[in-house]
Amino acid sequence: MTNPVLASYVVPVHPHPLLVPEQNEGWQRLRDAFDEARQQITDSGADLIIIYSTTWPSIIGHQIQADPNPTWTLVDQDFHDLGSMDYSFRIDADFAEAWNKANHARGLQSRTVAYNGFPIDVGSVVALKLLNPDNAIPAVIVSSNVYANRAETTVLAKSCLDVLKSTGKRAVAVTAMSMSNRMFTEFIDAAEDKIHSLKDDEWNRKVLEFLEEGRLEDVAQLSRTIHQQIRVQKVVTFKPMWWLSAMNDNRNDLTGRVLAYEALHGAGGAVVHLDPTSNGMGDKEYDEDDVEVYHGERNVLDAEGNEDSPEARHVDDHGPALWDPAEGKDAVNADSAPKPVGLYPHARRVGDLLYLSGVGPRQPGTNAIPGGPIRDANGESLEYDIKAQTRAVVENIARILEEAGSSMEKVVDVTSFLVDMDRDFAGYNEVWAETLGHYGPTRTTLAIRALPTPIAVEMKVIAKI
Amino acid sequence: MRLMLGRTMAKGSIVAGCLAPHPPHLVYAENPPQNEPTSEGGWEQLRWGYERLRESLSKIDHDVLVILSPHWQTYVGTHFLGLPHFEGLSVDPIFPNLFRYSYNLDIDVELSKAIHDKAADAGLAVKMMENPDFRVDYGTITTGHMVNPAFDKPLVVISSNRSRHYYSVEVMQEMMMELGRVTRDAILESGKKAVVLASNSLSHRHFTTESDVPEDMSKEHITSHAMHLWDMRIIDYMRTGQAQRIIDEMPEFTEQAIAESDGGGLTWLLSTLTVPTYPAILHGYGTIIGTGNAIVEWPCYAHEEV
Ligand SMILES: [Fe+2]
Repeated sequence: MTNPVLASYVVPVHPHPLLVPEQNEGWQRLRDAFDEARQQITDSGADLIIIYSTTWPSIIGHQIQADPNPTWTLVDQDFHDLGSMDYSFRIDADFAEAWNKANHARGLQSRTVAYNGFPIDVGSVVALKLLNPDNAIPAVIVSSNVYANRAETTVLAKSCLDVLKSTGKRAVAVTAMSMSNRMFTEFIDAAEDKIHSLKDDEWNRKVLEFLEEGRLEDVAQLSRTIHQQIRVQKVVTFKPMWWLSAMNDNRNDLTGRVLAYEALHGAGGAVVHLDPTSNGMGDKEYDEDDVEVYHGERNVLDAEGNEDSPEARHVDDHGPALWDPAEGKDAVNADSAPKPVGLYPHARRVGDLLYLSGVGPRQPGTNAIPGGPIRDANGESLEYDIKAQTRAVVENIARILEEAGSSMEKVVDVTSFLVDMDRDFAGYNEVWAETLGHYGPTRTTLAIRALPTPIAVEMKVIAKI
Repeated sequence: MRLMLGRTMAKGSIVAGCLAPHPPHLVYAENPPQNEPTSEGGWEQLRWGYERLRESLSKIDHDVLVILSPHWQTYVGTHFLGLPHFEGLSVDPIFPNLFRYSYNLDIDVELSKAIHDKAADAGLAVKMMENPDFRVDYGTITTGHMVNPAFDKPLVVISSNRSRHYYSVEVMQEMMMELGRVTRDAILESGKKAVVLASNSLSHRHFTTESDVPEDMSKEHITSHAMHLWDMRIIDYMRTGQAQRIIDEMPEFTEQAIAESDGGGLTWLLSTLTVPTYPAILHGYGTIIGTGNAIVEWPCYAHEEV
């Protein structure tokens, strides 16, 4: 499946190129670069502009703007004397809602915001006003979570890709961010603007050289180092490249071009264009793990790091032996799904239909059961979390579907098996409503005496391809 | 004699200093007419604390409230609201589900400018904010509402310079001690009676999830024992008149408790009160999505020559 991101951009967040480009030649060059990027975006035929903004911090997961027409006048907290920024944007609210759901399906916390007067951040406002002045292309804006790590930020991009693929939309991805972000702490004469220090300038040039060589994943994997070297801890750390690289399938062979690099009150502002066309090179010099689903324990409402918690228990040592999935004509097997407990494939294709073998919550690789097993090796009952198990089942289904070129939207019919209908139906039903239920497949739920492994739920799925 | 009194400008004073944190949850829980979302209450310990603070301040004659909020964040100098009136809608960017508040407030521009000018003379980078489209930050509005919901006294609103992030807690404190000193001088010279307010919480590690009913108090507690210990330590210094120890331990407190005092408000407040050695009154303590919040009053009028 080809990647639906037609082009990616890095753009600066400060309002100078929008409000007063004439006051400094560098600010004008940034403005010209914005204009060039705008023309490229128009010519690309993109259906959507997606902005990941570092000047929109969030705490409760990621937030996605879902007001179809947010309208306000923004004044910068520092640079209020440069003028006001009236805005009225066209937001693809349906996409925002779908992205939010896809985030939940991949284990992320997130929510949409659609409130009159919601303060859209300066980075997003500058980007959208300059890149999409007539709202010719609908936009989506996502926040930068204060506590998010690389895995979470990567998965945020993957769920965005899920929605792009399922809706067939093609998008331009934009990160609103500074390179070095240290500004002068004094007021300066506009004409005197320069990068705050030689060190910041050297690092900026190094990072831009990487981007010009299309080595986006390398930059992403250097994020923590870049943060330490040239970033003042403001609200969020340097994480936009994690998102942008994942939006581009973590590639290192893009075609990059720096359209401008200038100082904005001492900070490094760059407009960079990354074209997905391969430049033919692209060796990866680093190899951080890729991640598909977010499993991080962030819910501090629950006991954290508790060794006795169901999540911490593994069941590597019991249950039937595992088999490699059966190969055969029309069989579909996914490395990212748990191994079968018998000689059968993960799925089998018939015409444009895909029949999945029963899918449980076991984790690929570790074979651990999220939410905990229902009994120990001696057959003694254990406390377990049906919602976590159900969520893991749905995630395993999503992986197999994706491997087969299908997706959650295309699920036609589901048969669910519960070992304890009285205890578990409500929790199972709740997760269903948050995940598969959204896509509207038919469903039958049965109570059965046992499943082959110490799990409480399994689903049998039929989907279209 | 009478003639002389008439000609002598009355000496201004700081009549009270307060730590007055600004979680929008407290406004949400009160269901005031200015706020659009509605709740079933919640965070009563803190709201009762604010009730006691309001009661206490109502007995002290004062003309103006001087607020430093960590949510007007400026990296280039310290800024002051510089127009006589602001109104509009404030929507919290983190908790828009809880806080969409129509504000309408007056600024004591004369006193703002006086503090601004003194700070400039002392070598601080300062600027008056005179753009009428500017939206007042939600920290100022929340603290303003909780202290004086009628907004019938003018405010001085000072931005939070983020020097801590650019340099260190030590540099931040040096700057805030100086800003506190000039704030005090300007108030004394103004002839006005002022209440000074630092709008920040103490320990500041949030939960990363929100319960379905945000005001579900069965979900509310401090994020960790370490955060609790730090909060109690700082509160103890406040209640026993040991403000200097708060300043001394600010670097460790800020780092280990991720304290919102990193925005400089608490240091500035203690400086305006000339680092008090008399005990403060604790009106309330409670947590808000895991962060520690104390409502504290230094009753200067009872301890200083007013
Ligand atoms: Fe705050």
